[in-house]
Amino acid sequence: MLRLILALCLVCLPVHAAEEQVVLGLSQDRVSITANFDGSEILVFGAVKREAPIPEGPPLEVIVSIVGPSEPVTVRRKEKKFGIWVNTDSLVVDLAPSFYAVATSAPFSEVLTQTEDLRYKVSVERAIRSVGADMNIKGAQDFSAAVIRIREDEGLYSIRENTVAVDEETLFRTSIDMPSDLTEGDYTARIFLTRGGKVVSSMETSIDVRKVGLERILYTMSREQPIWYGLMSLAIAIAAGWGASTAFRLLREN
Amino acid sequence: MYRDARHNPSRLEEAMQIYLPIAEVSVNAFLLLGLGGMVGILSGMFGVGGGFLMTPLLFFIGIPPAVAVATEANQIVASSFSGVLAHFRRRTVDLKMGTVLLVGGLAGAALGVILFNYLKSLGQVDLLVKLCYVVFLGVIGSLMFVESLNALRKSRKGGTPPAKRRQRGWIHALPFKMRFRTSGLYISVIPPVLVGLFVGVLSAIMGVGGGFIMVPAMIYLLGMPTKVVVGTSLFQIIFVTAFTTMLHATTNYTVDVVLAVLLLVGGVVGAQIGTVIGARMPAEQLRVLLAALVLLVCGKLALDLLLQPAELFSLGDAGGH
Repeated sequence: MLRLILALCLVCLPVHAAEEQVVLGLSQDRVSITANFDGSEILVFGAVKREAPIPEGPPLEVIVSIVGPSEPVTVRRKEKKFGIWVNTDSLVVDLAPSFYAVATSAPFSEVLTQTEDLRYKVSVERAIRSVGADMNIKGAQDFSAAVIRIREDEGLYSIRENTVAVDEETLFRTSIDMPSDLTEGDYTARIFLTRGGKVVSSMETSIDVRKVGLERILYTMSREQPIWYGLMSLAIAIAAGWGASTAFRLLREN
Repeated sequence: MYRDARHNPSRLEEAMQIYLPIAEVSVNAFLLLGLGGMVGILSGMFGVGGGFLMTPLLFFIGIPPAVAVATEANQIVASSFSGVLAHFRRRTVDLKMGTVLLVGGLAGAALGVILFNYLKSLGQVDLLVKLCYVVFLGVIGSLMFVESLNALRKSRKGGTPPAKRRQRGWIHALPFKMRFRTSGLYISVIPPVLVGLFVGVLSAIMGVGGGFIMVPAMIYLLGMPTKVVVGTSLFQIIFVTAFTTMLHATTNYTVDVVLAVLLLVGGVVGAQIGTVIGARMPAEQLRVLLAALVLLVCGKLALDLLLQPAELFSLGDAGGH
């Protein structure tokens, strides 16, 4: 009997997925890093579209995550040598997102099961990949844990449980703060609808995070025309130095 | 009231938060102007470049060391340029000696950047920069402290210090002699080239002009007359730091021109104020203060290296792998 119910449930799940779909809105789909950029707040809101009445069983939960572009990161560990703290072991974590925020409508362990987390890579632990872990290094997993810890301290990684508001199992909204020291790139907003820890629907959209204006020009120039950028920096410095000394000499003579 | 202002940043303060395009951090513009101004006042008061104070202060406010070093080199070009103009007007620049020092300096800067980039690839560049600072600030700070205390004691006794005899030792036995008219010297080019080389390496690694090493070396080692020393060293510093800026800009992309402009606006204004203050205050007491400040910065850097850091791990780019 129990087995029959279980089998029924499994058959039902894909049906659920088709029955409930996310309709999404974002307050902004681009973040512009300008000269006085000091962080941004993105409002993520949406509704659940369904043909049938609200299914029975566990309540609908929502997970919203915003993920920055992933890049390899070198993690270094300090050890005491000759009386001072020196970087010794290092390990390259193949892929680590530059930004990772997860907001949920209930405690994380309740909205998503471990297996579903593995499948959809929702929590930040799943998003960090380090395959080529060097076996010679003691505690290689400490290194990826360090990436999470350091970026959590910097406000780049966060898990905000109970911050997605869900009304009538249909409307949801949350806001996610993004700090001022963001890396540029294509960010992804992902939304998962879950019931009883299983994902019933998901969708993705991208958020464009770009330096704009002067920031853009200077950054691009420094990478693509480093010689001109260097000469320009020197010219500005010399002009400022000369200008200031002339200005003060004139002031003193008057 | 002051505390309230800090806890609830006003609109203006928020608006003055500025995003540095290369350092990729957001810093308060007033803080940078203030730092520039404060170091500028000190450099005006004591006639020092200020790079050796500014770079560690930039570490303390969270600018990545590689960006701090490269940007500071750029800022020194500006402050040295305004300084050297005054010396050219007074004809206190020994161009020939400056050129010889410069040849060594350019080679040294290139060597320094190669070393910098090699250690950067090993993940040891922060350590290198900080160790250099601890050693040099420690030595210079202690020497200044002792010297200025002695000077204070002597000025109280009222005696005059005995005149120093010019050394005529091994320096005059070296080959490749050259005549330096402005300095009134006939010496080998080897010592000035070596002094320039050493200062060039320091400039690339520490983001300093190196005047604090070069000026004593020129007086005591090369025996140059004091009145041409500062102008000549500024002449050398402009070109060496400009070269260092270019090397860092083209190999590491770490010169942040927005940061440099903010620092130098503060610095240039501060230097003018500092010159006025310096002329009105007793020099010996001020020197003790400067020495104490240098030792304080050195102590803070040394503690960071000696004490167990709260976070043993650090993250870096994996670029170049």
